[in-house]
Amino acid sequence: MFSLSYLIRRLLLLIPMLFGVTVVAFVVSHVVPGDPAAVNLGQYAMSDPTIVAAFRRQWGLDKPAPLQFLVYMGNLLHGNLGISQQTHRPVAVDLAQYLPATAELALAAILISILVGIPLGIVSAVYHNRIIDHISRLLALMGVSVPVFWLGLVGLDIFYVHFSLLPGPGRLDESLTAPRTITGLYTLDSLLTGNWTDLRSALAHLILPGLVLSGFSTGLFTRITRSAMLEVLGLHYTRTARAKGLAGWRVILRHAFPNALVPTLTSIGLAFANLLTGAVLAETIFSWPGIGRYAYQAAVNLDFPAIMGVTILVAFIYIMVNLCVDVLYALVDPRIRAR
Amino acid sequence: MNETLIARDIAAEPEQLVVARRRSPAQRLAGFARRNPLTVFGLAVVVLWIAVAILAPLVAPYGPLQQDIVHRLESPEGGHLFGTDDLGRDVFSRVLHGAQISLPIGALLVAIGGAFGTLVGTVAGYAGGIVDETLMRLTDLIFAFPTIILAMAVAAALGPSLEHSILAIVVVWWPSYARLARSMVLTVGQEEYVTAARALGLGRTRLVLSHILRNAMGPIIVLATLDVGNAILTFSGLSFLGLGSTPPTPEWGSMVSTGAQELDQWWLGVFPGLAIWTVVLAFNLLGDGLRDSLDPRGR
Repeated sequence: MFSLSYLIRRLLLLIPMLFGVTVVAFVVSHVVPGDPAAVNLGQYAMSDPTIVAAFRRQWGLDKPAPLQFLVYMGNLLHGNLGISQQTHRPVAVDLAQYLPATAELALAAILISILVGIPLGIVSAVYHNRIIDHISRLLALMGVSVPVFWLGLVGLDIFYVHFSLLPGPGRLDESLTAPRTITGLYTLDSLLTGNWTDLRSALAHLILPGLVLSGFSTGLFTRITRSAMLEVLGLHYTRTARAKGLAGWRVILRHAFPNALVPTLTSIGLAFANLLTGAVLAETIFSWPGIGRYAYQAAVNLDFPAIMGVTILVAFIYIMVNLCVDVLYALVDPRIRAR
Repeated sequence: MNETLIARDIAAEPEQLVVARRRSPAQRLAGFARRNPLTVFGLAVVVLWIAVAILAPLVAPYGPLQQDIVHRLESPEGGHLFGTDDLGRDVFSRVLHGAQISLPIGALLVAIGGAFGTLVGTVAGYAGGIVDETLMRLTDLIFAFPTIILAMAVAAALGPSLEHSILAIVVVWWPSYARLARSMVLTVGQEEYVTAARALGLGRTRLVLSHILRNAMGPIIVLATLDVGNAILTFSGLSFLGLGSTPPTPEWGSMVSTGAQELDQWWLGVFPGLAIWTVVLAFNLLGDGLRDSLDPRGR
């Protein structure tokens, strides 16, 4: 069965990683030139001395650096990420509100990448060096090279402004109200509550941003699947299966492909990192109310607590996703478990 | 035909007749081009953009900051190839001049990040032990952050400016090179010629520089070439968010940002973004081809 010691080892590695992330975040937030209070509170709050004093006390700004870090860690562990300068709410609350939107967008993008990228990679490998291979390779490279913010702009220009085929920015039509919140994902929530108008609108609004965001990961999956399949197709067990008289596509899909799946799995981590990066840019273009756009507005307004909050959250999510990918990898490849 | 037949001595090995054909450099190049049309295409586009970056002031019909308010927001159907922006500046000229900004900055980012990363990785690989462990944990930490997020945080912390955004990107850029340099140093360090050199009493620095690094640099150079495109992509992304280059500088990312605010005047954002895409694609094609030619499996 599954190696418990491997799982425990990976989980234990998690703790120093998360600790390291907070150290980096602390260092970055204290490298700010000038008074941290001014940077975190904004001009209006700075004029009130009681607010400034309270802020200094809460974050231990009068104490030496190592102690400040302990105070910082303490605050983090209590879920206190500071108060956003724009929304004047705790950053943690803001993040909790905006995270589901980004999750929905990222899921849509990854789904598209898997459904398009992997089959394209397989076809490209099977018809190696034929015209379809060259076209897929070029398309994949184009996907990996495209600036997300530009693709979104072009998509909006063509499908929304000029041809009115798809809806514009936002998650829902303006006239509709959001479905009852169960997961925060509009598509899932409207499906679960039987709200068909909302479901249609949410899906329509998801198409363009999802496609745009999936550009890089689709290209990536195509390339990785293709090279993995090429390698596997030349190996002994493929030839054995063919020699046994199995039909071509049966060999490809049931013998070759599962073995090619493993490198594709490990690239999910890379694809996910790119999704988080791309989300910042895509959400800005599509006015998608997720943490990406929150991060963008925070950056533009120099809302420092919000920027640090997003950075820490995103790093945590990324580490978790990599952990899941590693575990999945070990599940799929028995050779890893034996270690 | 330009062939020279070289045959083994038939008397010595009658069973084996090895025949090789010596081809001229021009023929080898032509053969390479035929087998890898995409790589050659990538190289051509890269060279073209470098030429544009150098010759922009001579080739562009207008200056990048030259305003003409009377003809503002004209679409490409008018006299200007790519139209004009809200201050009447010629978009085509601005896109050409943008190459003077994006390409050197991309190269600079890779050069600094690559140099620093290679240094760290070489030290880690050669020293081993606690130094190696510490440095590798540090690279792991930086890998934990997706690129733009950390770059955004650093740029925002230091204050949005061109120099700070370059520093921010370098901070997230060097770890890949450190990892690669370290693994190359470890591999090459096992080679016999290194052991031989050490046995001959060669000093440590000389050993690292002339023996190990010289042979390790291959894959690093390939990564660096491939990377210039990604560096340009990241930098233009930061500028799009307002954290890198800002208007009126004709930087492509910030131009797309302006274009995003005026969806009807599509030419404002589409052409600069197209420039980014073609440059990054060309570098990726080139880097891919370089990597394929170094890979003995020749796929």
